[in-house]
Amino acid sequence: MAVLVIAEHDNHQLKADTLKAVSAASQLDGDIHLLVAGSDCADVVSAASQLAGVSKVFVAEHAVYQHQQAENIAELIAANAASYSHILAAATSFGKDVLPRAAALLDVAMVSDIVEIVDGETFVRPIYAGSALATVKSLDAVKVVSIRSSAFDAVAQGGNAVTETLPQVFEPLSEFVSKTAIASERPELSSANVVVSGGRALGSAANFALIEQLADKLGGAVGASRAAVDAGYVANDLQVGQTGKIVAPSLYIAVGISGAIQHLAGMKDSKVIVAINKDPQAPIFQVADYGLEADLFEALPSLIEMI
Amino acid sequence: MKVLVAVKRVVDANVKVRVSADHSGVELANVKMALNPFCEIAVEEAIRLKEAGKASEVVVVTIGTSAAQEQLRTALALGADRAIHVTTDAELVPLSVAKLLLAVQQQEQAQLIILGKQSIDGDNNQTGQMLAALGKLPQATFISEVEMIDGGVAVTREVDGGVQVVKLPLPAVLTTDLRLNEPRYATLPNIMKAKKKPLDTVTAESLGVTLKTHQQILSVTPPKARQAGVMVDSVAALVDKLKNEAKVI
Repeated sequence: MAVLVIAEHDNHQLKADTLKAVSAASQLDGDIHLLVAGSDCADVVSAASQLAGVSKVFVAEHAVYQHQQAENIAELIAANAASYSHILAAATSFGKDVLPRAAALLDVAMVSDIVEIVDGETFVRPIYAGSALATVKSLDAVKVVSIRSSAFDAVAQGGNAVTETLPQVFEPLSEFVSKTAIASERPELSSANVVVSGGRALGSAANFALIEQLADKLGGAVGASRAAVDAGYVANDLQVGQTGKIVAPSLYIAVGISGAIQHLAGMKDSKVIVAINKDPQAPIFQVADYGLEADLFEALPSLIEMI
Repeated sequence: MKVLVAVKRVVDANVKVRVSADHSGVELANVKMALNPFCEIAVEEAIRLKEAGKASEVVVVTIGTSAAQEQLRTALALGADRAIHVTTDAELVPLSVAKLLLAVQQQEQAQLIILGKQSIDGDNNQTGQMLAALGKLPQATFISEVEMIDGGVAVTREVDGGVQVVKLPLPAVLTTDLRLNEPRYATLPNIMKAKKKPLDTVTAESLGVTLKTHQQILSVTPPKARQAGVMVDSVAALVDKLKNEAKVI
């Protein structure tokens, strides 16, 4: 049996999360096939066919797949699922949208956001905002699984997969109107090696510039707590936590973040955690490798200076 | 337009849960339970649609043991008109929940079905998408804005890297993200009034849905504890530690 990985892309570039999903797939027995559904996505197909371990790339190119809406991509996945033991995608907003829909069409349950593969039918996944790890055995014939990107390494280049065209056309049930992307020159939050996050204590959007300066100095990404997002200091796609992005960088610096369970769920697998907070009782200090009790408006400028 | 809102009883978001000693699950005895925060947002949105004259009736539904009626009463106190309790003691995967919800939706002929994007206990983020799939309905997940338009609904979705706007014909399934709204509190008079609102009980079997066993939880364990950290007394000491001890900068 083979493993089908659903590729995520913007019709130009293959998302780094897909490389993680392929690497998870390589821990399972069987050939790895990739499904690329999109419109004018030749570059994506060529990148996909070069991933190590991928033996075949299925290409569904049509205008109806341009925005990768869940309704028709799920139909496409379900229509081609018969010969697979596993269907995998990264647990990004795309994967979370599409994969459960495809699973239901196949009448199988799904295992979300796994952090470890025990064997072909047994997976480990966090529950209760990461307060517990459940080992789940799937009894379904087809295992539909989304993987947590931060728990798997990206697969290398060096493959030479054959491509095959899928002619099926499924119309989406919803109408795409627009997408507003938030432009950033910094590394992507979920794959960055260093993440500097700010919380409510920053006090204003203008003060968030301090977080950005430190991130830039370290070549890292900027993150935020929910409080900082709700207060309007930064856009909501920078939120780290149970309901935002899950990150596991080498270095995570939490500035002015108290460390609620929901925030910790998004960053506590970081290799080194630094907390800067003026409240010595803040729960963030319980997970921090290095804690500094200080006023962030004094500590940050000197930290930026010294690095 | 009738709106159906699915709600779930979960451990209160502020409770620090503990894994049970035999690793069969988490300790739920004597733990404070509450309405799942994302379901609260879903209820709030439905009530706002009614207040704006867009919805004629708001029906809330939950699936679970009799204790879950407490959460239905909360939703009624917030402004829902009527509640349906599908009773079962079984542990259900989201696919089974979706099948039961679809049966309720079809019985009620609801035009808009609103769910939370995920429950904070299982963290699955599946039920809404599965319900939409089974009903062959359009779906919009992670929504932060809703607008009723001619013959349908226009929604803003929170996706990685930005926001997306899509239009859906009715009936449609929506799942709420945190920023959709700020849920209201139930007032005491409304809590009293909610006790008199209709709450129908049906069994899972009577809905004519056959459920299967799809998964087995082998064990639940606490996550690996982090090594205790150290406090440093100055920025200079911190930089020194990061450079020479952790070697991350």
